[in-house]
Amino acid sequence: MKRSPVTLALRWSGRVLVAAILLFVLLPGVVVAISAFNDRAILQFPPQSWSLRWFYRAFSYADFAKGFWNGLTVTVWASSIAVVVGSAFAFAIHRYKFALRDFLEGILLSPLVIPHYTVGLGILILASQTGIERGFPLVIFAHVVMVLPFVMRSTYISLENLDTRLELAASSLGATPLRILFTVTIPLLIPGLLSGWLFAAILSFNEFTATLFVSSQATQTLPVAMYNYVREFADPTLAALSVIYIVVTATLLTIANSFLGLGKILNVDAH
Amino acid sequence: MLMRTDPMTAPTPSATSDKIRPAVQLDGVTKRFGDSMALHEAWLKIQPSEFMTLLGPSGCGKTTLLNLVAGFLEADNGEIFIDGDLVTETPAHMREIGIVFQNYALFPHMSVAKNVAYGLKTRGVEKREIARRVDEALALVKLTGFADRKPKQLSGGQQQRVALARALVIKPKVLLLDEPFSALDKNLRGSMQVELKQIQRELGVTTIFVTHDQGEALSMSDRIAVMSAGRIRQIAAPDDIYRRPADRFVASFVGDANILNGRLVEKRGDVAVVSVGDISAEVPAAPIAALSIGDALDVFVRPEHLAVTARGASGSLPGTVTTQVFQGGHVDLYIEAPGSGHERVLVRSPGIAALAASPVGAEIGLTIGSDDIVAFPPGETA
Repeated sequence: MKRSPVTLALRWSGRVLVAAILLFVLLPGVVVAISAFNDRAILQFPPQSWSLRWFYRAFSYADFAKGFWNGLTVTVWASSIAVVVGSAFAFAIHRYKFALRDFLEGILLSPLVIPHYTVGLGILILASQTGIERGFPLVIFAHVVMVLPFVMRSTYISLENLDTRLELAASSLGATPLRILFTVTIPLLIPGLLSGWLFAAILSFNEFTATLFVSSQATQTLPVAMYNYVREFADPTLAALSVIYIVVTATLLTIANSFLGLGKILNVDAH
Repeated sequence: MLMRTDPMTAPTPSATSDKIRPAVQLDGVTKRFGDSMALHEAWLKIQPSEFMTLLGPSGCGKTTLLNLVAGFLEADNGEIFIDGDLVTETPAHMREIGIVFQNYALFPHMSVAKNVAYGLKTRGVEKREIARRVDEALALVKLTGFADRKPKQLSGGQQQRVALARALVIKPKVLLLDEPFSALDKNLRGSMQVELKQIQRELGVTTIFVTHDQGEALSMSDRIAVMSAGRIRQIAAPDDIYRRPADRFVASFVGDANILNGRLVEKRGDVAVVSVGDISAEVPAAPIAALSIGDALDVFVRPEHLAVTARGASGSLPGTVTTQVFQGGHVDLYIEAPGSGHERVLVRSPGIAALAASPVGAEIGLTIGSDDIVAFPPGETA
């Protein structure tokens, strides 16, 4: 069948459009990645001369190393606490009908509509009023609040997909509710819990706005350290850090994908 | 299930007593979901080792009844007894029932052996004993050698066998089957039915079987409870349900039936005489007790209870053959008989003689060739 010129034109313009969109998505990353290899101490594109020294500086700059470990501490604690707390709430909201159920769900999901700087500012005001020092618990608390909705969503969807007849079958076989929870429900929810944890971890590790308010010099995370750096220096160290960050995240996601499947990791996005 | 007893050979006192304790008993059990009545005052006694089928269209309350016996739902009113013990408020995990779901509900993260062992582990059975009983159960359902497979690696029929083994291995007081065959293809369904029935009889396990398939119900059950709109309409042996349906719902839901317009001619105690044109037939009097002589009524006649005879033969209804359908073992004849008050009457004639004897267009007479005719007050076709 011969295609009309209109069909051909549409077909090619479609391809060009897709290519353009992909280019725009990748463009910032590509520009930054190339700038990272600039030999000169300015952010410039394209570089005139090439060097790896900003990578060396990214690794050796003490605030970044500290920020990385601080961020990791906050991320692991915040995601883990959020998975336990968020799953418990998701379970209650999914399984039980009680007064104020919708209200509770609304409150727990509200960080989605409240800007992060509001969360950070609010916690900062509360902390200074009550005299709580700006240590790790405060940063972790702020992060738990912000990632909770994502973890809840992830667990909630896994619960929706769980066939309740499995639990009924287990109970007919003599299993107490607690035994069912540990031998049937939780094992089947694990992919959802893991994906929720992973999603929370990525969000938490990247979180900047609220963290800027609630962290101190001792507890600043990597994004905050990067912000402080860029206020003083304009060299390509941050670009080098970006490259490292992209490579590490992509590697982790690839590994997670081969164990869990990308569909399961992304099931937070599926609804 | 009364046994003939002889004082010399009577084995146990329970066998000689008038009443054997029912395996399952429902006393006026009612269940509402919001405003809708899912189950209305169900009274039911199931004898030990009995295969009881709950038959009805979807939404009739049969699954609700099953879930109430299982303990997955709480009754609003009435009492439930299992093995003579009051269990109305007993949680599901303490009722000792086995259940096979329509989708089998095998634990996807456990091997076949772990699935079957689950109920034994919860009971704290010792390890070696578990292994022995799991092997035994898998042998019973002909799945020896499949112990280490995951449910995903099994066919639908095999998954069902695992579900059955898992339910039976705990030696349940009652086995509940929730439409277990509906997900299987037709050939497999037939052989699984035979096999299940064999296992059930062999083990003598009291069974409640839920289905909307009347063929399945008729072929497998000791007794059938026909349900509609939350009510049990009739509880009887399959042949009684088929031959003596208690109401027009049962008559039309179970088996095929021609509904012919008739009149009440005579009442003689338990039986009544009705007429359809020149045909007259005896029917049970109870369902039409409220009618008086000469009243119109609906006569329910199974296709195989009608016969074709010569036009004008005494006690026959004139008709014309409009369609012949060869079905292999029998021939279906569709007959236009204006006197029946019904557009098309279906006659099921065994063998192949009717193919030649009643060609399309043949002018024939219809007669009723059976005693198993029932009549109900006129009403809407169910």
